[in-house]
Amino acid sequence: MAIPDTPTTTSRPPVLSLRGISKNFGAVSALTDVDLDINAGEIVALVGDNGAGKSTLVKILAGAHMPSSGSITFDGKPVTLANPAAALKLGIATVFQDLALCENLDVVANIFLGRELHPLRLDEVSMEVRAWRLLNELSARIPSVREPVASLSGGQRQTVAIARSLLTEPRVILLDEPTAALGVAQTAEVLNLIERVRDRGLGVVMISHNMEDVRAVADRIVVLRLGRNNGIFLPGASNQELVTAITGADDNAVSRRGRRTAEKARGERP
Amino acid sequence: MTTASDRNPGALLDRSDERLKDRSGAKGAIKGFLDRVRSGDLGSLPVVVGLVLICTIFQTLNPVFLSPNNLVNLLFDCSTVGIISLGIVCVLMVGEIDLSVGSVSGLSSALLGVLWVQWGWPVALAIVAAMAVGFVTGCVYALLLNRLGMPSFVSTLSGLLAFLGLQLYILGPTGSINLPYDSPLVNFGQLLVMPHWVSHTLAVMPGVLALALGYRKAQRRQAAGLSSRSFGGLLLQAAAITLALELVTYYLNLSRGVPWMFALFVGLVVAMNYALKRTQWGRSMTAVGGNREAARRAGINVRLIYASAFALCATLAATGGVLSAARLASSSQQAGTGDVNLNAIAAAVIGGTSLFGGRGSAYSALLGIIVIQSIASGLTLLDLSSSLRYMITGCVLAIAVIVDSLARRSRVSHGRA
Repeated sequence: MAIPDTPTTTSRPPVLSLRGISKNFGAVSALTDVDLDINAGEIVALVGDNGAGKSTLVKILAGAHMPSSGSITFDGKPVTLANPAAALKLGIATVFQDLALCENLDVVANIFLGRELHPLRLDEVSMEVRAWRLLNELSARIPSVREPVASLSGGQRQTVAIARSLLTEPRVILLDEPTAALGVAQTAEVLNLIERVRDRGLGVVMISHNMEDVRAVADRIVVLRLGRNNGIFLPGASNQELVTAITGADDNAVSRRGRRTAEKARGERP
Repeated sequence: MTTASDRNPGALLDRSDERLKDRSGAKGAIKGFLDRVRSGDLGSLPVVVGLVLICTIFQTLNPVFLSPNNLVNLLFDCSTVGIISLGIVCVLMVGEIDLSVGSVSGLSSALLGVLWVQWGWPVALAIVAAMAVGFVTGCVYALLLNRLGMPSFVSTLSGLLAFLGLQLYILGPTGSINLPYDSPLVNFGQLLVMPHWVSHTLAVMPGVLALALGYRKAQRRQAAGLSSRSFGGLLLQAAAITLALELVTYYLNLSRGVPWMFALFVGLVVAMNYALKRTQWGRSMTAVGGNREAARRAGINVRLIYASAFALCATLAATGGVLSAARLASSSQQAGTGDVNLNAIAAAVIGGTSLFGGRGSAYSALLGIIVIQSIASGLTLLDLSSSLRYMITGCVLAIAVIVDSLARRSRVSHGRA
């Protein structure tokens, strides 16, 4: 059940909109003519096989790469994301896969790293209060913000990384594989957190390989294949549809089982 | 949006999670301390244990060891290498090393002698020039690391040899320059001690400051709804600090008194501690030492942090060199050679600054150098040959690093790395 490019559910223009984005690395074109819209208060899942161009697209949004061609509009105004600082200033925060936390520093220090209050006389009390407020707003369950991050679980670290990115009050947040390498309970915790981030009115872009996670929280699923758009799906889409769009092949393990199940169901029906 | 199920209503903001153990009160403080030690967060415990051991052993072997006179001399000796060690703390914080601090200090002492005594420069200008050479040295190391990716281990090892050569070269064939005995600098390095009332007044300061600042912080935390320390606890701590310092001061005043040079060293330690713990620069240093890539992504200028660490280290090494020249009243070929390098590094590590980066404090230089100098002083009193002294000091350094490694392993397994 692919849906048209512009969702009819919202009348407001998207926060972030990409049109005809291409990116070439020498002779290789990693992205060709990719379109993407991100609305406020919406989780967009970006899925695709290895090498489909997901990471390249996120890096373009984060300002780490410049697109070879195409246009980016933020709040209806055309923008260029020349470097990560420009993207951050605009209100696009990124949480990278390897969490980029300092394990020897405590939670407060990590959340405020590089953005400390009062550089010459650190205001620990205000920073701690602000950190607690942020974590409580996310209903995050961190026992103590004065423990080094090394003592936290994977899910709690992901929480800290996301809380850290929210400190600048961004409009759009990019999550690169937020649930990779997490256990079942921790994955659920992080997915809950992602929903709460969306409920704060942020546009969320989430890269994931896990279809279950994607369908659990995404409002829209954008499939990339070999650097091109290959369909936009609603979370109700079947696994088979998604896998077909991702791999580009009708004949794969998922589709074969799907067909078998369907045939069996037909056979059982009187 | 706090859910009531997992947070006790009305509790303090940072004490509301039910999984958090109660650590308030004296009992809680002791329990927390034991927990930290067990998980490998040793802090200054090895130093205290080491000092007690050293004092017991040397005092039984030679009763002069703990005499006020010997302790005053000890403080004079601590100050020069201690200041070098303070610089080592800086580079260790960012996970790098400077092996050339001994040579840089030797070079700066030679420069002082040549510029001041032979060329007739004003002493202040000669000191500034020596420190400037140290600063430039540090900048060069940082440049080699940042631009060429040369590991500091290698670049500073070459520096060790090169600057030793330069020191010998500028001292020329005579090999040693005597500094004028009656000059203020030599006075400062050998004789100048505080009047008794000044030393007693200064000894009160840490306690008073700890109480005042601690009380203000507790009030601010209370106002913000965070847990805070009780006034009684603060008062007890301040009283203990004051009592200990006053006793030490009284004991030292039985002899000559507290050296001004030691006061300079302690002043630098306090300033460095503030810079490392309470400024953005210090936070960035710790972050770079802990996870370089994370620090870079957080927008920290990692290269600048490295540069500041190396420049500060070499400048402090040069300062230490000037002071050791003042202490010996000469600039000689021996200055900065031998065990100066390793003593400075060992002091930082023994005091609790990790060789692996991202963990340490300025006070480790102060505590560590007292341990190292106590050993040196004790061995000198026993009239042991330098061969034995080197072997013993080497063993102490090895033990310190082993303790650091074991503690680190324990921290990792307890999730406190």
